[in-house]
Amino acid sequence: MSLIEIKNLCHRYSGQEVLKNIDMELKKGELLALIGPTGAGKTTLLRLIGLLETPTSGRIYFDGIDVTASGRVRLEIRRRLAFVLQKPVVFNLSVYDNIACGLRWRGQRRGDIKEKVSRILEVIGLSATGNRNARTLSGGEAQRVAIARAIIVEPQILLLDEPTANLDPISVAKIEELISIISRQYKTTIVMATHDMSQGQRLADRIGVLVDGSMVQVGDSRQVFSFPRNRQVAEFVGIGNIIDGVIAASKAGVVTINSGGTVIEAISDYGVGEAVSACIRPEDIILSLSKTKSSARNSFTGQVKEVVLAGSLARVEIDCGLRLVALVTKKSADELKLKSGHRVCASFKASGVHVIKRN
Amino acid sequence: MTEIWSGFVRAIELIISLDPEVMEIAGKSLMISVTSTLLASLICLPLASLIHFNRFVGKRLLINFIQTLYSLPTVVVGLFVFVFFSRAGPLGGLDIMFTPTLMVIGQVFLILPILLGLIISALGGVDRPLIDTAFSLGASSFQAAVIILREARYAVVAAIIMGFSRAISEVGLAIMVGGNIKGFTRVLTTAISLETSKGELELSIALGIILLAIALIVNLALNRLQQR
Ligand SMILES: Nc1ncnc2c1ncn2[C@@H]1O[C@H](COP(=O)(O)OP(=O)(O)OP(=O)(O)O)[C@@H](O)[C@H]1O
Ligand SMILES: [Mg+2]
Repeated sequence: MSLIEIKNLCHRYSGQEVLKNIDMELKKGELLALIGPTGAGKTTLLRLIGLLETPTSGRIYFDGIDVTASGRVRLEIRRRLAFVLQKPVVFNLSVYDNIACGLRWRGQRRGDIKEKVSRILEVIGLSATGNRNARTLSGGEAQRVAIARAIIVEPQILLLDEPTANLDPISVAKIEELISIISRQYKTTIVMATHDMSQGQRLADRIGVLVDGSMVQVGDSRQVFSFPRNRQVAEFVGIGNIIDGVIAASKAGVVTINSGGTVIEAISDYGVGEAVSACIRPEDIILSLSKTKSSARNSFTGQVKEVVLAGSLARVEIDCGLRLVALVTKKSADELKLKSGHRVCASFKASGVHVIKRN
Repeated sequence: MTEIWSGFVRAIELIISLDPEVMEIAGKSLMISVTSTLLASLICLPLASLIHFNRFVGKRLLINFIQTLYSLPTVVVGLFVFVFFSRAGPLGGLDIMFTPTLMVIGQVFLILPILLGLIISALGGVDRPLIDTAFSLGASSFQAAVIILREARYAVVAAIIMGFSRAISEVGLAIMVGGNIKGFTRVLTTAISLETSKGELELSIALGIILLAIALIVNLALNRLQQR
């Protein structure tokens, strides 16, 4: 049975619909990442699961218990979860007291609390600051305290709202490691909202994409990043090339998509006349100086418009009737002497094209 | 002018020599006002939390009403208490008219609005995310109220100081329901008013200085507490 079950959840803030008919299930021990543009409703969904707010309509079940019903159950359930808010705030108390409060509220013994707090202070590398007022911590330190005081209660469910926002890469790596330990070793069920898609990819078992209050797609990272369900998801996960067209022909699973006169071949079941978008990941496009005899069904010659270097990669924009963006290694960009104005051939396989229906 | 000066000197003498009458009056004042402030705080801390943390119809109106009562004249409170506790009144059977007990009760009513109103605003000054944080870490409503009160401790202590100041400095109520009985219900303010009317300015000034000194000490003590 799933640990959390969400049914037809809707939420409004002063009349404005923020969450629309969310259906979702979470198994015990699973790590779900919520991604989506700003204002999509990630925080709101977490607040509803965290019982900080009551939904306008719909139901949330924990272990089969309906928690939308109020009263004693809610406190009991709240004590089985912990929630790290998007903006970490600390109480105007010592770091020690900040971390200890969840344990005290659960009535744990003084000695146990002391032991647990000192252990976790060590884990987050703040042992020396235990007696300091938490308000004097830096942003990143406060963030670590916020995470520590949530995980110290050993929750069954941990809710994290952008736990690594505004942190430097080393702190991000540390916190990601911590999250992955909690998930793997303690089998804690985690729901984590994040802006950072690669973080979702690294940590999550499944990814949920929220757009405008709707859960547009839930799936593992391969499904979400390679086979986005619709144009919004494709745009959000940064597919790079999204080409609108109409299916002109279909034969044995291979379709021909006409996009303003240019023809792309792809693998798809959609029928002739269907309005679709062809999604091609920039790293799936191969560049060469002349047309090669490869297995790639799609091959276009055009002019390089722009080359932008990013680390060891080069992002190349090509105008070949279609505007295509390709991602190649800097080394191959050098070998091909890619420069704006040069002519180049871009090719990609029919199987590298993900076709989605437009509505 | 010389009168004030000699009054001042005599006042210092009275204080240094620990004059028994003066000490008795000061002690009584302190005891009555501290008790009433403690009782009012015990009522107001939970009541303010209840009002602050719950949503209900007329909440805004209630708070406005409480704030209006800040300026309740002490004699009006005195009048109400008198009517209720005098022989013929509904609570006359308790027979506590003109006792320190009734002075405490009167002072509790007197400072209740200001204490309640100021504690509610103190709680309002705590950021919403802190309340969310308390709940997100498994606090019950009561535990959340306690930590939020702790968070607002500076403003809460300031509210309590205000309440105490109003209690120890009022005179109308103390005369009306206490009766200024020597050695029993005579407190600093009623004694000052009596001695001044008798022309005993020296004693009045001495009592006035003690009143201020008590206010200062209580302030300092509470401020110490608040630093923790
Ligand atoms: N208390 C509130 N009152 C009114 N509107 C709100 C409230 N909280 C959130 N909203 C609105 O609800 C929508 C969703 O907000 P939410 O915070 O859930 O988005 P989000 O996906 O977490 O965004 P971000 O990535 O920026 O954190 C936004 O349009 C926001 O303005
Ligand atoms: Mg958010």
